[in-house]
Amino acid sequence: MTALLVRRVLRLLVVCAGVSLVTFSILHVSGDPASLMLPEATEADRIALRASLGFDQPLASQFMRFLGNTVSGNFGNSFYHRKPALALVMERMPTTLLLTILALALATLIAVPVGIYGAVRRNSLVDHISTVVVFLGQSMPTFWTGIMLMLLFAVEWRLLPVSGWATWSALILPTITLGTFTAPLLLRIVRSSMLEVINLDYVRTARAKGVSEWRVILSHALKNAALPLVTVTGLQFGLLLGGAVITESVFAVPGVGRLIVDGIRQLDFPVVQAAVFMLAMIVVLVNFAVDMLYVYLNPQIRIR
Amino acid sequence: MAIATLPSGTAVEAADARLARAGSRSWRKLARNPAALAGALILLVVVGAAIGADWIAPHDPAKQSLVRRFMPPAWSAGGSLTYLLGTDQVGRDILSRMIHGARISLTVGVAAVVVSLLVGVGLGLISGFVGGRIDMVIMTVVDVTLSFPQLLLALAFVAALGPSLTTVIVVLGLTGWERYTRVVRAEVLALREKDFIEAARAMGIGWARTLLRHVLPNTFSSIIVLSTLQVAQAILAEAALSFLGVGTGGTYPTWGQMISLGRNFVTVAWWLPTFPGLAILMTVLAINLVGDRLRDALDPRTV
Repeated sequence: MTALLVRRVLRLLVVCAGVSLVTFSILHVSGDPASLMLPEATEADRIALRASLGFDQPLASQFMRFLGNTVSGNFGNSFYHRKPALALVMERMPTTLLLTILALALATLIAVPVGIYGAVRRNSLVDHISTVVVFLGQSMPTFWTGIMLMLLFAVEWRLLPVSGWATWSALILPTITLGTFTAPLLLRIVRSSMLEVINLDYVRTARAKGVSEWRVILSHALKNAALPLVTVTGLQFGLLLGGAVITESVFAVPGVGRLIVDGIRQLDFPVVQAAVFMLAMIVVLVNFAVDMLYVYLNPQIRIR
Repeated sequence: MAIATLPSGTAVEAADARLARAGSRSWRKLARNPAALAGALILLVVVGAAIGADWIAPHDPAKQSLVRRFMPPAWSAGGSLTYLLGTDQVGRDILSRMIHGARISLTVGVAAVVVSLLVGVGLGLISGFVGGRIDMVIMTVVDVTLSFPQLLLALAFVAALGPSLTTVIVVLGLTGWERYTRVVRAEVLALREKDFIEAARAMGIGWARTLLRHVLPNTFSSIIVLSTLQVAQAILAEAALSFLGVGTGGTYPTWGQMISLGRNFVTVAWWLPTFPGLAILMTVLAINLVGDRLRDALDPRTV
């Protein structure tokens, strides 16, 4: 158990270093970061910038410095806001996390009951309708869903605010948008993992000994179906954050996603790097937590 | 030499024959499913539109006209049959722009997936077959790639490299390969223990040949199924990049860009963002329907 934990933590550190390398390369992939940051400046200004930010050093030593700075949370100052980039990202992070968690909660509330019902009453009307909805949901571009919801609820019926994040009612449309993006994914997984366990021997045994049908489903089957559900939700967390970036842009939600999109427009690369790095770190940590949970929940691994 | 090639040759032939039999049966299964058939028909229309855009489009997609601004679709009050789906903020015909937009979506979708496929399948084969340290390195790279939301990475890199068709294709390709690697690696690990691979190795066939002639063909059905889903994802990703303003660049219409521009006028002209979005929805839905059916059809457990 300890050996396993040590191995996982080592792997975590290696992945973090890799994430840092990819983040570093955002600025360096074009070959000339100085002209990327100052597209309209004179050559003299660029030379000055290269010297001041160390772009004239060898790439390897630049990366080592970047890695060191990352560990201490220093991504440099935002050119636009003239504040530390990481502080800007952390200011916006709660908003993005709130949106993501609300959407995940909404998706779970829809996906778990409908998915279980679809698996138990296979080929019923609800099952068929939910399959159609899953296909539609997975084929809709998130930003378009958002605009259509905005068109109906905010422009046409004037029930909800068009954009922003100031009032509770402003949270509704972004949450639904990101939720409709997430729910089909979850529903598919809930349904298929329930289908996998529902006809296994131990479930049949439970039924045979007279346990009520809903108890069989909720306590015997769901417990075992939950493991893949948790794992896949963890794996999809990156996708969810990507969806959050788009949703934030549609509804002008002041989160990390908008910070990135604005940062790209303003050529504010320290902010872009800090934001991309922090979002990737969240994905890494969520997956690490899921991994550990998996080990904890799965007795086959725990005993070893 | 003759002894060495004979058994492996027959083994391959037998495998090919089996694949062909499964193939024709798969197609019949595919054709029996109305949803998949509808998907295939929609796809045919979209591909036709993309290829024949210059002849099919009723108007020049770039032609502007101030008198024809914000014309609603033909069936609304004030609409005209000449501009079936209406016109945009500078009087361009929406339908014509959508027909031309099919080109970008399909090109990016397919080309990006080809890039992913080449990189992902190659690394997956090596990772699974060679194993050891190389496997560990490749899987770490996969873990790192998985840590980033694909869209986020694509957004940052396209912005850094400068928006263009090639950039979008390469960046989407290089941020979406890891699923191929994981799938192919898993299959190779299972195949490696099979008797026919053992036999090939025992006969002294080189590892590269074993890999390409004996291992790779057995991963085809997974690759095909994954590819359809990946094309759908790539089309959605390209639209999202265009929407966020770092798309293919230039003035050639794309669906994502049309939605992005139309969104600013959503209060006065609902049709601007609505129709291009429907085009994306229909195309991606069609690919997903066909892909889903292909998975059922190619799954050896159901053959």
